[in-house]
Amino acid sequence: MVNVFIERENKTAKVKAKNAKEVMNILKINPETVLIVKNNELILAEDSLNDNDELRLLSVISGG
Amino acid sequence: MPCKNCLEKPVIKLLNNEQLCKQHFIRYFERKVLNTINNYKLIEKNDKVGVALSGGKDSLTVLSLVKKLKDKIRVFEIEAIAIDEGIEGYRDKTLEIAKKYCKENDIKLNIFSYKNEFGNTLDNFLKKTSMKACSMCGPFRRYLLNKKSKELGFTKLATGHNLDDESQSIMMNYIRANLEISARLGPITGILKDKRFIKRIKPLYLMSEKEVAMYAFLKGLITEFNECPHSSDSYRGDVRDMINDFEAKYPGTKNAIVTGFLDILPKLREKYKNEMPLKSCKICSEPSSREICQTCTIVERLKKNV
Repeated sequence: MVNVFIERENKTAKVKAKNAKEVMNILKINPETVLIVKNNELILAEDSLNDNDELRLLSVISGG
Repeated sequence: MPCKNCLEKPVIKLLNNEQLCKQHFIRYFERKVLNTINNYKLIEKNDKVGVALSGGKDSLTVLSLVKKLKDKIRVFEIEAIAIDEGIEGYRDKTLEIAKKYCKENDIKLNIFSYKNEFGNTLDNFLKKTSMKACSMCGPFRRYLLNKKSKELGFTKLATGHNLDDESQSIMMNYIRANLEISARLGPITGILKDKRFIKRIKPLYLMSEKEVAMYAFLKGLITEFNECPHSSDSYRGDVRDMINDFEAKYPGTKNAIVTGFLDILPKLREKYKNEMPLKSCKICSEPSSREICQTCTIVERLKKNV
């Protein structure tokens, strides 16, 4: 399971997925709207994830 | 697969499927913004550029890149201008980021507040009126940016509008049959040669919101992304979601909307150039299409608490 923090909703989720693309698919998050951060580094949606990895999905939507 | 240009780990896959590492993405981003500035002649010799700074990712990115260009070629001046609407828990936070950035980078920051200019904060105005926040805030902010930019002697006002913002505006105006408003869009605005309007320039015109966020994150310009608590433009939000859904399914959609629009923009400007006669507001003398400008109309309404 991957631990995911969704910044915009200030929510966490545990998801069974092999990469961030699957995570976003399961959580119904449009990849256009977030940066994917692992260990404070940006990663690609297709990069492989391991059990217990911590992901942060940072919202890129403008604040006005 | 490594970065297209080196062996480093990629952080982004571009539309053409090329992958770039952190350093090469930063280089790609800066080059593309510089090309936008050059190709559309956004900044010229002897310009005094005001950068509209909110302290968010877009405006900080614009300011950092325009400052970098200024330090390199030294033929124009820059200052920053910020509007403090009075939104507790949001603008106070982003203004602190703005002040810190300007101080560290030796940039003059001019701050104007709704409280000083209109008599109260946005938060307080909203307690007394049925108006929606964005319907009041948008005109107020545009009004102050234009008026104060003139007073400060700016020749151009740079804003953080990106590819996403522009593609949304184009689609919104199209769906609502407001093409004369679209005629005012583009990387450099203004179809009217009117000294009362500061020309607004958009250096991030061709950069997607996600690319801007990546750049701001990688350069450490921002650590968290803030969103206005009053944000209520649900129409724009719906158009944004629609375009993002299309982009995810058909990559390149935003780019196509904007580049297609740029193709027809000269025709639009030609068509509408005589259809917006500008008067001067009877109360404040700022340019207006009506006898009393939108801002003064709102101020009068607020005095009556409606």
